[in-house]
Amino acid sequence: MLEQLDVSQLSWARGQFALTAMYHWIFVPLTLGLSFLLAFFETLYVKTGNEQWKRITKFWMTLFGINFAIGVATGIIMEFEFGTNWSNYSWMVGDIFGAPLAAEGIFAFFLETTFFAVMFFGWNRVSKGFHLLSTWLVAIGSNLSALWILVANGWMQHPVGMQFNPDRARFEMESFWQVLLSPVAVSHFVHTTSSAFLLSALFVVTVSCWYLLKGRHVALAKKSLAVAATFGLISSAFVAFTGDESAYTAARVQPMKLAAMEGLWDGEVNADLVAVGIVNPGKKPGDDSDPFQFEIKLPYLLSLLANRELGSFVPGINDLVYGNAEQGIEGAGDRIARGKQAISLLATYKQARDEGDAVTAEAVLQQFNQVRDDIGYGYLSRPEDIVPPVPLVFYSFHVMVALGTLFPLLFGAILFFLYKDNLSQQKWFLRLGVLSVFFGYLASQAGWIVAEVGRQPWAIQGLLPVGVARSNLTTTTVQMTFFMFLIIFTTLLIAEVRIMTRQIQNGPEGE
Amino acid sequence: MGLATQVVRFYVDGFRSMRLGRTLWKIILLKLLVFMTVLYLFFPNHLNRRYETDQQRADHVLRQLALLPDGQQ
Repeated sequence: MLEQLDVSQLSWARGQFALTAMYHWIFVPLTLGLSFLLAFFETLYVKTGNEQWKRITKFWMTLFGINFAIGVATGIIMEFEFGTNWSNYSWMVGDIFGAPLAAEGIFAFFLETTFFAVMFFGWNRVSKGFHLLSTWLVAIGSNLSALWILVANGWMQHPVGMQFNPDRARFEMESFWQVLLSPVAVSHFVHTTSSAFLLSALFVVTVSCWYLLKGRHVALAKKSLAVAATFGLISSAFVAFTGDESAYTAARVQPMKLAAMEGLWDGEVNADLVAVGIVNPGKKPGDDSDPFQFEIKLPYLLSLLANRELGSFVPGINDLVYGNAEQGIEGAGDRIARGKQAISLLATYKQARDEGDAVTAEAVLQQFNQVRDDIGYGYLSRPEDIVPPVPLVFYSFHVMVALGTLFPLLFGAILFFLYKDNLSQQKWFLRLGVLSVFFGYLASQAGWIVAEVGRQPWAIQGLLPVGVARSNLTTTTVQMTFFMFLIIFTTLLIAEVRIMTRQIQNGPEGE
Repeated sequence: MGLATQVVRFYVDGFRSMRLGRTLWKIILLKLLVFMTVLYLFFPNHLNRRYETDQQRADHVLRQLALLPDGQQ
């Protein structure tokens, strides 16, 4: 039987996963982006033969190594959390996630034992060309490694290429390519990796601007800035383009998430985009209160973003909760009814199977298959349960977009001042540059909040709510491990910051 | 010198020449020890601990899925 839902335990389990994922995401984007910056620096060294580029490559490689060493294995925790806190979910997705996670493990293992070693130990011991190849392979391999994790996450947002097997209580993969090439997985991967590139460029900007403010390692800082700002500018364009694609995809497969991102309660034709706003925190589905206490809107742009068509209709939260017959949108109430029917049929199927009544089991299974796509809704009590926390999703989305709009201006200004050869004189600007990586992290973490909180209440979109995905543990057990990880991860973060700052203070001579 | 010897020497010399790397390796090993201890003690696989076979695990999850949230069948 469905074990008694302990809401507090569920919240702590979700909080614990969010904690580990957010700490993990402090280290990962730097690995993904810095690896490419190392490849660019070293390519310039090999192309020009200028020893200064080698010195620059080795300096950033040391910082890359520190980040990698502190961050490695922090993702393992999440895999164990699946088995402990989310055992139903873990069992059900084992067949889908097995292949991507195994591929990730193989990539990581071969990279870390071979090309990482060549990259760090191979200076003057292997040819320049082979060393450069190793650096590029580390960059490409690290990012391919991230592909498999993001494909798994993309599948949770848009489950395709599978079928539910009631005998094994598992989602079984039917098409690997559908899972890999799902539009959500693809846009998720390119948006996430390009945002990691942008963040790494900001990291280089922060350190280099600090050097320029202090008047130390000026040549290293300027050369690093030229490469990082160019990379950051290009990455910013990718982030904007892929972000637009992500919103377009969300409008197709997760319209509730898009409505929450924009605080759109009632659907509109020619829907406006809220550029800046303060949401009404007390707003509930179906009530008549104003959604915003203050807002500045850009006309028609939400319709353009969602459908790439100015005059199109964008469904709001109320349309998705209660339905909108005029626009052909079914409310959650109907889906809940079908979901409950699916659950009931599943119970009948199990009973018939257990009693060896193959004829009844087969007949019930056919009925179940007609309503199985709504099974997740059957675990919800009321239509309003499909609404995620709107203020958190709205503000996270707008913080991410606002910062994402400012970063290319920062990169552009750096390139302009470098071209004018007066960057060192712009003290105010250099101070802003020093702070930039913190804003980068804020935007990056906000992006994950949009992706993950915005799809609540689902662990697997439409099929499995988080309340059914969890294990039946005591709240105390989850609380205890929550604080344990909080202490461990905070210690690791302090270690990273201390070692990193000491190495930055030492500069390239301190390798 | 054979290829295998060259590879082994490459790694041995690499590890010997490390300075900051030694501190980082100590952190990695300590971290893995702490992680493994915590995970071993507090993060058992819930289904593996409670059930012996995959069929039992599947039945458990199916039982969870097949009942209505209010406990009615």
